[in-house]
Order: sequence, then structure tokens, then C-alpha cells
Amino acid sequence: MLDGFACAVLRGSVTGLLGPSGSGKTTLMRAIVGVQVVAAGTVTVLGHPAGSPRLRHKVGYVTQAPSVYADLTVRENARYFAGLYRLGASAADRAIETVGLTGHAGQLVANLSGGQRSRASLACAIVGRPEVLVLDEPTVGQDPLLRDELWAHFRRLAAEGATVLVSSHVMDEAGRCDRLLLVREGVLIADDTPAAVRAAAGTDDLDQAFLRLIRGRVAA
Amino acid sequence: MILVGTIRRILSQLRHDPRTIALIVVVPTLLITLIYFMYEGRPGAFDRIALSMLGVFPFTVMFLITSIAMLRERTSGTLERLFTTPVGKLDLLFGYGVAFGLAAAVQAGVAAAVAYTLLGLTTAGSAGLVVLISVSNAVLGVALGLLCSAFARTEFQAVQFMPVVVAPQLLLCGLFVRRDEMAGWLQAISNVLPMSYSVEALTEVGAHADATATMWRDLIVVLGAVVVALVLGAATLRRRTV
Repeated sequence: MLDGFACAVLRGSVTGLLGPSGSGKTTLMRAIVGVQVVAAGTVTVLGHPAGSPRLRHKVGYVTQAPSVYADLTVRENARYFAGLYRLGASAADRAIETVGLTGHAGQLVANLSGGQRSRASLACAIVGRPEVLVLDEPTVGQDPLLRDELWAHFRRLAAEGATVLVSSHVMDEAGRCDRLLLVREGVLIADDTPAAVRAAAGTDDLDQAFLRLIRGRVAA
Repeated sequence: MILVGTIRRILSQLRHDPRTIALIVVVPTLLITLIYFMYEGRPGAFDRIALSMLGVFPFTVMFLITSIAMLRERTSGTLERLFTTPVGKLDLLFGYGVAFGLAAAVQAGVAAAVAYTLLGLTTAGSAGLVVLISVSNAVLGVALGLLCSAFARTEFQAVQFMPVVVAPQLLLCGLFVRRDEMAGWLQAISNVLPMSYSVEALTEVGAHADATATMWRDLIVVLGAVVVALVLGAATLRRRTV
């Protein structure tokens, strides 16, 4: 799936993982959080092999489809996940507040909208204050205002020292990252800052830049 | 700690689903009541069959509920997510085992209470032993449900496992044809099916005032089968998947 793929994601930064669907973003993220069978190669997280038990307190993962219990309320979900990290109700409430669901905390996840569900899912990932946060398309279907708030939150987490890896297939989010990984068909096309990607492609528009980098590769 | 949280979480899920609770509690009792009317005027037959059913119904219901619940955990992505957290496989397996075991205890308790008080079930041995065996059998259903969920990709498939797992055990447990009257090869199959032992244990309680050695042996066999199913279930839970 991912061939000849080598990259490093820096601590205390927000790294964007960009590429069309089917490009291998999710496979890479699953490998980092340690749930993917890795056929060959190594994945090291915070100095340990990905998936090793001591990382399980330090890694937060939000899957693309919201993976929370639909038959529990938002609060019950957050409290369960908080408990897994030996944290209490206040940590759960904080996480719910961060994702803007305080007003819906007592509602069953099944009765929430798609965007609210994925925020509930996000709350369960940030509740343990992970050092590494891996987010698979966390902003899909979110209200623009809320998306802005979520990105501000990712930046805040990174400023506090967390490593944030966010996948997206929308380029307008790419500009908010410290570093970009552009992936296509399992191949790493670019691994640089947004500014450097723009410069290399000779355009300010990241969408165009991605296109040019791909074309350049195909031609080469 | 994680185990307690997991038990509480599973029970909360159940609490939000009153219809399922009603089905768990009411269905076995209703079926035993049905048997009562089928065998009205033949108390001996009712005692024998209702007693066996106090083992069979909880097993069946719990098998079905658990296999679907665990399958949902697998297909909804929550299982994968849990495996990125400090949750252990045993936390999950015992979480389901204990949570649904508690539900099974309520179920068996209600069914036995109704059978003894309203339907006039009589056993030589104590009702407490009947409930104990009944709950053990329900826990066996939970453990086998956890295991079988690994072999189903959809809820459609999971439901199909019920006749596969339950029907042969029901047919060969000695209820329809006494086990010692079966052909040798059927007896051999019957001897490796755990429900044969739970029905035999219940029959022992029905016939003897005190707990017999056979009954204890049968109960240990059933609990042994629970452990084997849980261990095999743990083997099917993979932290890493393709």
C-alpha cells in the first residue's frame, strides 16, 4: 500500500497529511497508532515501535467514521474513554466543552448530526490529553466557524507540545499546518512546509501546487 | 478499573435500550409459561422440560445478544479505537462476560421465580442451585457469542450462527432422546457439547435433594467450557488488522 515511504513528523507541530481518498492516508495513520499490520518497514512513535503498550496512554486516534457508542450519550462516551486513561468526569466534561458539545452532552450519539458525532468522537480522543494525536479527516461536515475553532484547538495542543497529524483531502486546511505530507497512490510526493510546497510548485494555491507536483512526477 | 468502567459502559448501553431489557427478562419466562400450558395436568413432564429450559433459554438469548453486541463493536470502529488505548483484551472479554452475566442472573432469577411460585415447578434440590446452573449456562452463551462474533462479518451472518451453535446442543442434550439411548456416535457428539452437561446438572438438582457429585462435575465442565471459549475469543481479538 505504502511503498518507499519515509518521513518524520515533528513533536509540537501540526502536520497535514493530504491526498485523495485511497491514497494511503488512513493506512499510514493506522500504522502510526499501531492497529495496522505492517508488512515491511518500521514505524517509530515517541521513540517506541508503533503500537507498543507504553504508547497506549500517549496516542489519541480519531477514525474517519465516528467511532463512538451510538447507544450512549456524549457524556457517557467521554467518561468511558476518560476512565481508560484513569481520568475522571471533569476531564470528560472539558473534552466535551472543547469540541463544543456541552449543550448536547446528555444526548444519545445516535440522535446527533453527522458533524456532531464526529466531534463526539474527537472528544473521546483528546480526553486523555495524548502526546500524539492522529486525526483522520476530523473536520468533514463541520460548520466553518466550528472548523476554525477546531483548528485553533489543534494549534493550541501543538503549542503545548503535542504532535498532531491531521489528514484531509481539502487543500484549504493545508495552509494551517506547520508541515505537509502530500500522498498519492501510496507515494510521498512532498514533505515540506506549506510555503516551501508553494515555492517548489511556483503557485500560491495549494490545490494547484499539489496538481503541479503530481504532474511533475508523472512527467519525470 | 478499566474492567469496571467497561462493565458500566456495557450496562449503560443496555439501559438505553429498554426494549432489549424487556426481551431479556420476559422472553424465557413467557416460554416457560407456554410449556406450562402445553403440559397442563402432566406435572412430571412440565418439571422435567421446564427445568431443562431454565438452562437452554438463557444460553440462547445471551448467545445471540452477545454475538451481535460484539459484532457491532467490531464493525463500528470502536474496537479498533479501543485497541489504541490502554484497554486490554481481557478487560473487554470479561467486561462483556460480567455485564451480560449480570443481565443473565436477572433473567434466570425471574424465570426461576415465576416457574417455582406461579407455575408450580418442583425440584428435589434447591432453587438456588437451579439459578446457579442457569446463570453459568447464560455465561457460556456470552462466551460462545464473543467467540462466534469473530466469524461473522455482518449481523445477518451473526444471527445465522444461532441455529448452528444452539440447535445441535438442544437436540442432543438429552431432552428429546435420553443420551444413553442415542446411537454411540451421537452420544460421542453429545459428550463434547457443553449444554449436555448443564441439562444433566439441572436434572440432577431435579432428582436429588442434595447437590450430587455429578452435578458439581457437570457445572465444572460448563465453567471449563466458558474459560476455553473466552481464551479462544481472546485469540480472535487482534490489535492489528490488515
